Amino acid sequence: MIYAGIDIGSITAKAALIKDNTLVDTLIIRTGYNHLDAGKAVLQTLLEKNNLTRNDVKAIVSTGYGRNSIDFADKALTEIICHAAGAHFISPGIRGVIDVGGQDSKAILINENGQMDNFAMNDKCAAGTGRFLEVMANALDVQLDQLGEYSLKADKPAKISSICTVFAESEVISMIANQEKRENIIAGIHDSAAARVAILASKTHLAAPVMMTGGVAKNQGMRKALEARLGFDLIVGHLAQENGAIGAAVLASRL
Amino acid sequence: MSDDQKNNLKIKSAKKMRDLMTTYYLEALTARQNNKKIAWITSGGPVEPLLAMDIIPVYPENHAAMIGASKMGEDLCVKAENMGYSSDLCSYARADISCAVVKGGPLGGLPEPDMLICCNNICGTVLKWYEVQARYYNVPLFILDTPVCHTGYSPAIAKYVETQLGEYIAFLEKICKAPFDYDKMQQVGDLSYDAQMLWQKILETAAHKPSPMSAFDAFFFLALIVTLRGTRIAVDFYQELLEEMTQRINQGIGVVPDEQHRLLWDNLPIWPKLKWLSDKFSSHNACLVADTYTSAWCGTIKYVDKSQFLKSIAEAYTRIYLNIGVDQMADQVMDMIDFYDAKGLIMHSNRSCKPYSFGQMDIMNIVSKKKGIPVLMIEADMVDPRSFSTSQIETRIDAFMEMIKQRS
Repeated sequence: MIYAGIDIGSITAKAALIKDNTLVDTLIIRTGYNHLDAGKAVLQTLLEKNNLTRNDVKAIVSTGYGRNSIDFADKALTEIICHAAGAHFISPGIRGVIDVGGQDSKAILINENGQMDNFAMNDKCAAGTGRFLEVMANALDVQLDQLGEYSLKADKPAKISSICTVFAESEVISMIANQEKRENIIAGIHDSAAARVAILASKTHLAAPVMMTGGVAKNQGMRKALEARLGFDLIVGHLAQENGAIGAAVLASRL
Repeated sequence: MSDDQKNNLKIKSAKKMRDLMTTYYLEALTARQNNKKIAWITSGGPVEPLLAMDIIPVYPENHAAMIGASKMGEDLCVKAENMGYSSDLCSYARADISCAVVKGGPLGGLPEPDMLICCNNICGTVLKWYEVQARYYNVPLFILDTPVCHTGYSPAIAKYVETQLGEYIAFLEKICKAPFDYDKMQQVGDLSYDAQMLWQKILETAAHKPSPMSAFDAFFFLALIVTLRGTRIAVDFYQELLEEMTQRINQGIGVVPDEQHRLLWDNLPIWPKLKWLSDKFSSHNACLVADTYTSAWCGTIKYVDKSQFLKSIAEAYTRIYLNIGVDQMADQVMDMIDFYDAKGLIMHSNRSCKPYSFGQMDIMNIVSKKKGIPVLMIEADMVDPRSFSTSQIETRIDAFMEMIKQRS
């Protein structure tokens, strides 16, 4: 029997299928304006790709910011519990998850049974979220997925002192005006965001082994900055971005 | 659930309470025609001497809560900001200050005061807020200064506050041009004590499983112990409410259908979002069985001595929840967790109320460590809805409840 998880994030929609406790396949598409349409499309395309139909799917769990829009899901669960379940599914020894998403960043403490013991999320502020990085990428005229590459070439990372995204952007613009090296500014931005996320990890007493999930995990510069702040290495799987959807599929199998 | 079943869950005394509050505000609004004086007083201020002198007490904070619950807070806060007040100022203060000028809110403004009574046991903001209003209305202001009791109530604090209570009496005698009525004071003191005892017993009914009421009900029924303590009306009403709660317990009626999770709330309510929050927790079969806020109006009754009411309220008004040390606050929270058998704590980090929100991180750490229960902090404001981010708060509450369900 197939179980499906659908994660509707602010930028991308992800789906995952599992069968007999094994991952079948995953898919990522752009969310667009309509959450329900994105949910239908991502699941349908993934099923077709694997020569399956909706009738093969026993249960569906939706998650992410658009979770409540997915009216055909059997249950809507938050991305926090899904990321915990996904990380535990991929690597049962994991004791913590750091997920930097578009809207929220979170640190999740996981026990040996894969259940979350505690979690902390960013306060009412975009600093330390994917949105912060997106704003900065725009200001620096760089593609979001190039940020990591640039920052690894930094020789003297800049210091961004403002916590507020809007003020940090002004600071970045002043640095551009002063012709600071783009690579150094980007490294500074990563450190500023990592500092915010590290506070969440500290609040929840995260200790290695910790997995980094979410789209931002693909950004090597951000990952390096976080590791420097945390004092331990992070585990990043090749399905970091799909981890929430995988967790949703795992939880669907337990409904 | 059928409509009949839903009606069965509703607390019947709510209608009477609304009627009593309407009558109270009508009397206050027509006080001048009846040659009665009006005093504006802070929520934690000693109101009993006013009643002994037949002065009608009016509470800007209760009024601001009504403004928040009627979703009129944003407009009035913006008006205060346009007058030059910072958006960081308490939203009760902003709403009250602008309301005085524009005569807005659900009542079209409070009746003008003849005097202002300000007790700083709840916060420091009230000092400046009441000074602003004293200048605006050009009326006398009495300030009762209650030092923070970080570790205890010392003889020096006792002497300091008791002396001021004497000055308070002299202030009232001067304004009313009449000697203080000590006999009436005794009657008012007895009624105040009785109402506080009843309020405590009502809140304690929530220890029963399922709980006959929730903190959301306490937020509503609180209005009378704030505005009318010291009157027969409050005693009679709370007697009836206690009977209704006892009856609900006997009939096994819980306010949250199929109550499965019991939680404690810290800080003031988020008035404009009460219904949303109540529905949200109910959808998880969770009942907020108690809170640190409404219990403040009976929390120091142990210090009140009916035979020496005036002298003893110096201690009772000084040692309220917001005027003690963080360790003592954490102890009170943990006592409540035990008494009500709460399995989680929701802390409202309230942008407006600094003294309430300041020690929350420490209390959170103490409670998590000593009680091992999960704690959720949500950021919002008691009146200003601009500080409330629905989807963020929804995800946090949902995730918190998922965690509690996993644990149970």
